[in-house]
Amino acid sequence: MIASSNGWWFPGDAMSPLGKRIDELFYLILGIVTVVFVGTQFALGYVIWKGATKKDGESAEFSHGSHSLELIWTIVPAFVLVFIALYQMDVWAEFRVQSYYPEQTQEDGPKFEVTARQFEWRIRYPEAGQPLKNQPEPQDLYAVNEIHVPTGRPVKFNLRTDDVQHAFFAPELRVKQDAVAGLIIPVWFEIPVAGEYQLLCAELCGWGHYKMRAIIVAEPQDKVNEYLARLKEDQDFDGVVKDAEEE
Amino acid sequence: MATVTPAIESHSDGHAHGHEHHHEIGFIKKYVFSTDHKVIGIQFLVTTMLMLMVGGALALAVRWQLAFPWENMPILGKIFTGEGGQISPEFYTMLFTMHASVMIFLVIIPVLAGAFGNFLIPLQIGADDMAFPIWNMLSYWCMWPAMACFAISFVAGGATAGPAAGWTSYPLLSALVNAAPGSGAAQTWWLFGLTLVGFSSMMGSVNYMTTIINMRAPGMTMFRMPLTIWSMFITAILQAFALPVLTAAGFMLVADRMMGTCFFIPAGIIVNNAEPTVGGGQPLLWQHLFWFYSHPAVYIMLLPAMGMVSDILSCMCRKPIFGYKPMVYSMSAIAGLGFIVWGHHMFTSGMNPALGMTFMTSTMMIALPSAIKTFNWIGTIWGGRVRFNAIFLNCAGFVSMFIVGGLSGIFMAAVPVDIYFHDTYFIVAHFHYVLFGSTLFGVFAAIQFWFPKMFGRLMNDTVAKWHFALTFIGFNGTFFPMHLLGIAGMPRRYADPYLHPYLEHLLPMNQFMTISAVLMGVAQFLLLGNFAYSVFMGKKTGRNPWDANGLEWSAPSPPGHGNFDVPPVCYRGPYEYSSPEAKAIGQDFILQTEPPVDASKIAASDTKNVH
Repeated sequence: MIASSNGWWFPGDAMSPLGKRIDELFYLILGIVTVVFVGTQFALGYVIWKGATKKDGESAEFSHGSHSLELIWTIVPAFVLVFIALYQMDVWAEFRVQSYYPEQTQEDGPKFEVTARQFEWRIRYPEAGQPLKNQPEPQDLYAVNEIHVPTGRPVKFNLRTDDVQHAFFAPELRVKQDAVAGLIIPVWFEIPVAGEYQLLCAELCGWGHYKMRAIIVAEPQDKVNEYLARLKEDQDFDGVVKDAEEE
Repeated sequence: MATVTPAIESHSDGHAHGHEHHHEIGFIKKYVFSTDHKVIGIQFLVTTMLMLMVGGALALAVRWQLAFPWENMPILGKIFTGEGGQISPEFYTMLFTMHASVMIFLVIIPVLAGAFGNFLIPLQIGADDMAFPIWNMLSYWCMWPAMACFAISFVAGGATAGPAAGWTSYPLLSALVNAAPGSGAAQTWWLFGLTLVGFSSMMGSVNYMTTIINMRAPGMTMFRMPLTIWSMFITAILQAFALPVLTAAGFMLVADRMMGTCFFIPAGIIVNNAEPTVGGGQPLLWQHLFWFYSHPAVYIMLLPAMGMVSDILSCMCRKPIFGYKPMVYSMSAIAGLGFIVWGHHMFTSGMNPALGMTFMTSTMMIALPSAIKTFNWIGTIWGGRVRFNAIFLNCAGFVSMFIVGGLSGIFMAAVPVDIYFHDTYFIVAHFHYVLFGSTLFGVFAAIQFWFPKMFGRLMNDTVAKWHFALTFIGFNGTFFPMHLLGIAGMPRRYADPYLHPYLEHLLPMNQFMTISAVLMGVAQFLLLGNFAYSVFMGKKTGRNPWDANGLEWSAPSPPGHGNFDVPPVCYRGPYEYSSPEAKAIGQDFILQTEPPVDASKIAASDTKNVH
């Protein structure tokens, strides 16, 4: 395809298992829609061509329609549409209905909290070994515009906003969720492959809306632990440096 | 029999003559503060065509920024910014907010309901005017304070701080004065403008319903009404039931902004280092109220065009509309279902996920009547004798683009896929295919089709064909690639998407789209020029230049005060093209006012045709 060879297509294959299923649904609908598109546009072109090239003296057909045709083109699309609707329910449930979230996320609970604000993402991790509380704790760790998550397991986090509405959009993961003032919304995703993934804002939040750029770093659990330890060290650093180390 | 006569007003008829003498009116009452539905319709039409150019200019500025970010925009940029023409991010948010507001509230809704609703309803049902002519006048003159409010909102907050919350004005961006440079006075004026537009629509809608129910000519039963009238009727009902919700929500938002209430504001929110909010409200409430109006409004912006295109297609193909009653029922179904699909704008909003499933199902269902209508249009052309003029081309463009817009909607109706597409350019592509590709092509067709009835003259068909061709090419060049941008994950409302590495390679495509958009914008001058020239210099024409059936074609062109020289009586449906009855009188059309033709004559012409 011209589009995909120029990169005018998805930003890479979906990097999360749920994203892959979303892509599959997209291709399924694309298939159905392409058939209908080609069929109807061809039919339209054909009837126009036939109608515009009628010979002189040939008059238009006199017909008010056809009951059976109406029935056919009501019932067939109805089945297709209901099929499309029902077929998607479980992906949606897994993405958004909490009781359908992967079991591991239910056991683990939220691993961190992402707070959107004009115009950055603030991330709050609980102290190692502690569960995340909705109210900030003194030992919590903070980071800006950089999220570290372990690979190969579903990760759940809490999404909220400090000010206006924002939306957590990770295009490679096919994840999008609005952050709404006054609500704490649990979101989950899973990244099997280590790497850096884009995070941006998808809900108009002011003049700097386009600038809310952040990255999601997926890496093995021990690397995440190292990162959190480093973060703790930085955060606890009080500026007092021993002379010996200064040498 | 009302034969086709030259466009002179009939003064021999005692009724029309006497009628005019009673209303000896001056210039101002006749052309400015007029209560005549035709003058009001034309006023709406001219105003909206000018607003179309304003909205288009705003769109071109948006396109400029996406193609050549941070570079000085030639011509328009200097007008907009008064300086070099560089578009700042705050100015950019204002541009797309006002582009949408102008196009939706000052172009599409008023051109359909205001211009064509006003002009066509009394003429097509055989009434001498609207039920409430003074309300009708007020509905037009409410537009001017509304436009003034929108205009003030451009400058109220300072040069770069126009309303910046998008046309959807989601709180808290729109509720907290400190949330953005444009969230101050500009936002308040914008809300006032919105309310006034609502007043205008409401007065129109009550008028249309009353007129259509009470003032139909003898014999004009509901199922003999042209589909234009059906669509206007259904639209008026939609307006009447949905609009109060938006107006109420607008007042609540104004109260939040000015009177310290907290309908949409939760507690403890700090924007821009202002005091924390007191709170107690919920921003999602606005989204529900807003879309409860604005989803039906999508159909308010589409149904009348569907009705008019049905009328015109049938006439241009010399063939009855395929499935008249299914068309009526499917429009009613669209209107009914239109009230229970608003949640599909909110799939990622954080509302209860169970609602996502119900809204997905109802949204899929609303695709069905749209599909039925499309098949019926194709069926109408099928076997017809097509008059291949610019009017027909615009109608065919309407159907073709509606198919694209309808089909791309299925992706978003599917919740899981919408997770990815929500707030990307895929959505922008979709609604431009519906609102521009469908509605505006329908409007272009309608302007040319009813132009002779408005002014007694024809528009130039060659120029109109060029206008169609250039618009069609420019339109697809601009909006089709937006699907690809959406698939590539480019979000809406970004002043500079290329800040994000994965979007950098989309710049050349955006430049191509902008060039197409400029082409499309320039092409609109052909329409304006053709329109202005033809009003005064166009070829004069008679009552019925298209050999159409509707009651309006039995009135003089242009119709005088009171419309008809003989009170019309309706004998049949509006789409009896090429019927045996028509052939018996030697034509391929038969006016709705034509008394029934003798059965023996029909039989005679039938046997003649066989030989």
